[in-house]
Amino acid sequence: MLKILRSQLDELFALIAEKETLYIPTDATAGIAQFKKWENGMKMSDKLKTSRSAKDFFFPQTEDLVSFKKTGKKIDIIDPRTETEDFVIFGVRACDCRSFDILDRVFLAEPVDTYYKNRREHGTVVTLACSKPAETCFCQTFGIDPTAPAGDVSAWMTEDAVYFNANTEKGNAFVDVIKALATESDDTAVEAQKAATKEILAKLPIQNLKTEAFGGGKTEQYFKSPEWAELSEACLGCGTCTFVCPTCQCYDIRDFDTGHGIDRFRCWDSCMYSDFTKMAHGNPRLSQKERFRQRFMHKLVYYPENNEGIFGCVGCGRCVEKCPISMNIVKVMRTLAKEDEGK
Amino acid sequence: MQEMMKARAKELLASGEVTRVIGWKKNEFDYDITPALFESAEEIDHDFVYDDFCGPNLSKFTFQHQKNDTKTLVFLKPCDSYSMTQLITEHRVNREALYLIGVPSYGKIDVEKIKADGMTGILSIKSEDGDVHVHTLYGDKTYAKYEVTSERCLNCKSKKHPIYDELMGFEGEVMENERFDEVAKLEAMTPEERFEFWRGELSRCIRCNACRNACPACTCETCIFDNPNSGVDQKAAKDTFEENMFHIIRAFHVAGRCTDCGECSRVCPQHIPLHLLNRKFIGDINKFYGTYQAGEEVGQRAPLTNFTKEDVEPDIVAKGGKV
Repeated sequence: MLKILRSQLDELFALIAEKETLYIPTDATAGIAQFKKWENGMKMSDKLKTSRSAKDFFFPQTEDLVSFKKTGKKIDIIDPRTETEDFVIFGVRACDCRSFDILDRVFLAEPVDTYYKNRREHGTVVTLACSKPAETCFCQTFGIDPTAPAGDVSAWMTEDAVYFNANTEKGNAFVDVIKALATESDDTAVEAQKAATKEILAKLPIQNLKTEAFGGGKTEQYFKSPEWAELSEACLGCGTCTFVCPTCQCYDIRDFDTGHGIDRFRCWDSCMYSDFTKMAHGNPRLSQKERFRQRFMHKLVYYPENNEGIFGCVGCGRCVEKCPISMNIVKVMRTLAKEDEGK
Repeated sequence: MQEMMKARAKELLASGEVTRVIGWKKNEFDYDITPALFESAEEIDHDFVYDDFCGPNLSKFTFQHQKNDTKTLVFLKPCDSYSMTQLITEHRVNREALYLIGVPSYGKIDVEKIKADGMTGILSIKSEDGDVHVHTLYGDKTYAKYEVTSERCLNCKSKKHPIYDELMGFEGEVMENERFDEVAKLEAMTPEERFEFWRGELSRCIRCNACRNACPACTCETCIFDNPNSGVDQKAAKDTFEENMFHIIRAFHVAGRCTDCGECSRVCPQHIPLHLLNRKFIGDINKFYGTYQAGEEVGQRAPLTNFTKEDVEPDIVAKGGKV
């Protein structure tokens, strides 16, 4: 395990950034944190998590897929991909890190999404263990240990130092870079922090949320549940939950007329929207109830059905914090589990 | 107040005067409130809540409950009541199908202010006698209520209910406020500074449409940005210029109809001060056409859809808005 003093954090960032583009969570205006490209003098946020998830690094909200340029009778087809540089994301939490596994199972399955794969290959993920979880956290429900995050490198930040452990080949390369600043250390301080955090985790109000009632094979049972009507009643049909969600992966592909050609781009889509999956015959989900149901069925039933029981939620709590009407997956799971018990 | 509201709602349900009640209910935490529909006394006893966190404006939730055969009871805070009046003026809701009860609001707490102060692991928040007690996993803190009251309530425009069938508590007054102070700061900027300010703020937009969908003035059946036939429908902007346009177009579309309820900024997951765009328009309308408050009375003619000889001339634009 390597140790770097917190007073050396600026030096560390400078050292990493010398070699690769570095992104860290930093306080944006208006009291929210967001990942930003590190520049000299930038301070790392002490907030638990960024307002937007870290999925943007691999699956950005919009990206150009291909451009068509017309000159006279000739049409040029241009591949606009520029992301070939290696980059480091520093300070990813355990929940967001798990979301990459969930996205991988979608984008890296055949046919492989080369845009996503390209970014994944060039990115090194340095995670940061949580020591001050929020009341909205429930990653433990999905078997995530926030005190031992995965990623290429795991890091722990105590009051005076940061500790690093490499987990992958990319992680080893990262550790090699920072060795110049680091000293070898045992894991006493890290273990102490883990133990202290675990005590807090046991007291979190949503930590007792259970997944037993969900998983593959439950489609028939929950699809027809009468509970959806009440759960979705106040849903505004906005896309907040889907866009702050680290695992929501639906997108749309559109052509944008530039006047001289076409830019074909992809952008996030939301199952909450009325024109989601709209086809020639119209939209298969006519009411907000059906759209709302789709989102939760996808995370709790369809995704695990297709992915060996792994759920499509990581318990980061962003939807719990951000929904304008405070309706979220916690409420849905509690309500449906209660119904399941009664059966 | 909560108990009075519950009792009255149950009474109206029992008498058959109304068959549905739109109110608020509590969720996981003290501070997260969901607008809810109640259809029985049991549901009201179990879930109904009215406290300092009941920020959501209920006026727009009446949309789905407009059948004429039975009435729906809706509880309205003063600002919700302005929105409701505006919706009735625009014939967007059926007044006959609604039973409106005005309830007082003594300022709603903005939990984001508490969180921005570094409070996390919040287990409970109690608001009593002007103090707000926050109990967390990491220690407790007490705030004076005004310190954690939402901006829109600190700058309350009115405690009056422009419309109701029944009023609970005292009828309030139109309030003196400082809501145009922030607008004045923006106006004092150079165009370049102002452009930078808005580019910075709007760059955080994730285009989730929460502002639009929560807005009681946004009542188009199909928004132009959702309509594939409009030619401008996009789920995300192709470029940043377009992203800004979404908010500016929306602000123009609700100009003269926006009552300044502040829901747009409350629901924004990215904390963009969207209400400032609307307030700028409200301030300009006041300046150019005489003081006007949307939603003040049913059937009022909005300055932008009404002609009077006193209206400013179009060259006001060339004069940079100086009367």
